[in-house]
Amino acid sequence: MTRQIRVNGDPVPVAATTIAALLAEQGIDRTARGVAVAVNGGVVRRTEWDETPVRDGDDIEIVRPFRGG
Amino acid sequence: MVVVDDFEIAGRRFGSRLIMGSGGYPNQQVMLDALEASGTEVVTVSIRRVSLEGYSESMVDLVGSRYTLLPNTAGCESVRDAVLTAELAREALETDWVKLELIGDRETLMPDGIQLVEAAEQLVKSGFQVLPYCTDDPILCQRLVDVGSAAVMPLGSPIGSGMGICNPFNLEMIVRRSPVPVVCDAGIGTASDAAQALEIGCDAVMLNTAVSRSNDPVRMATAMRHAIEAGRLAHGAGRIPRRRYAEPSSPQLGLIGS
Repeated sequence: MTRQIRVNGDPVPVAATTIAALLAEQGIDRTARGVAVAVNGGVVRRTEWDETPVRDGDDIEIVRPFRGG
Repeated sequence: MVVVDDFEIAGRRFGSRLIMGSGGYPNQQVMLDALEASGTEVVTVSIRRVSLEGYSESMVDLVGSRYTLLPNTAGCESVRDAVLTAELAREALETDWVKLELIGDRETLMPDGIQLVEAAEQLVKSGFQVLPYCTDDPILCQRLVDVGSAAVMPLGSPIGSGMGICNPFNLEMIVRRSPVPVVCDAGIGTASDAAQALEIGCDAVMLNTAVSRSNDPVRMATAMRHAIEAGRLAHGAGRIPRRRYAEPSSPQLGLIGS
């Protein structure tokens, strides 16, 4: 069943039921260093990605370090 | 031989008093070479959304093993966004250090002092070592220290402006009163600006554009390294008082023809 969530500000239909599955679905290597995830304004630690559910309407941020001053 | 002394922020010691940004370099190799030439030990990074079209190099893999990465909250305009960005940075980089940037608007990129103090206070309570980027206002710096900031980072002039230190008197006052390290951040245009910050008594300088957008970033990074050392040594040596009239440095007696 697909649900509608927001990923990095954009509406995205997803089948994934957990954060870990969402990352896989979006083609993001979960072992890559520096990736961090927040769901509805709260950080979800890397160790919790497997258990944290993705729910309809969730607002999810996936970030990593970039160049900057 | 006289050497430049270390400096310390939140219990961590650094040999270099130069903190470098990693943005705006012509290419990756020039950035790596410039960072190396600068002698820096701390490099700032931003935290940004992963592009869902795939992503390129990771700053962690690229420079994370060689430098201490200092995440910033650049571009944030609200306490909520700045705090969440800091929390994401802590998770992403496994560091509780954050260069807290909270800008008032995108035209001036000037810090929003009111929101800044609130965000700093929240982050300190959550266990962060907060290094707030702020205006060169001694009272704002005091407020940031009052809420537990580990350092203050007053601007020399607006971000990327290259106008140097517009108000050395304010910066000097901040240095004189501050119980935490003062890192002059933003506005540095060339090596003499960095030297001036250290001469005034700043503990360190943070810069980016002056090096990354110069015609030869590696050469400018080298100049910055020397400027930082020169400025620190000059500060320690103590400048002579300014006087309005000449003071001869050669003996006045024994002149021929007298």
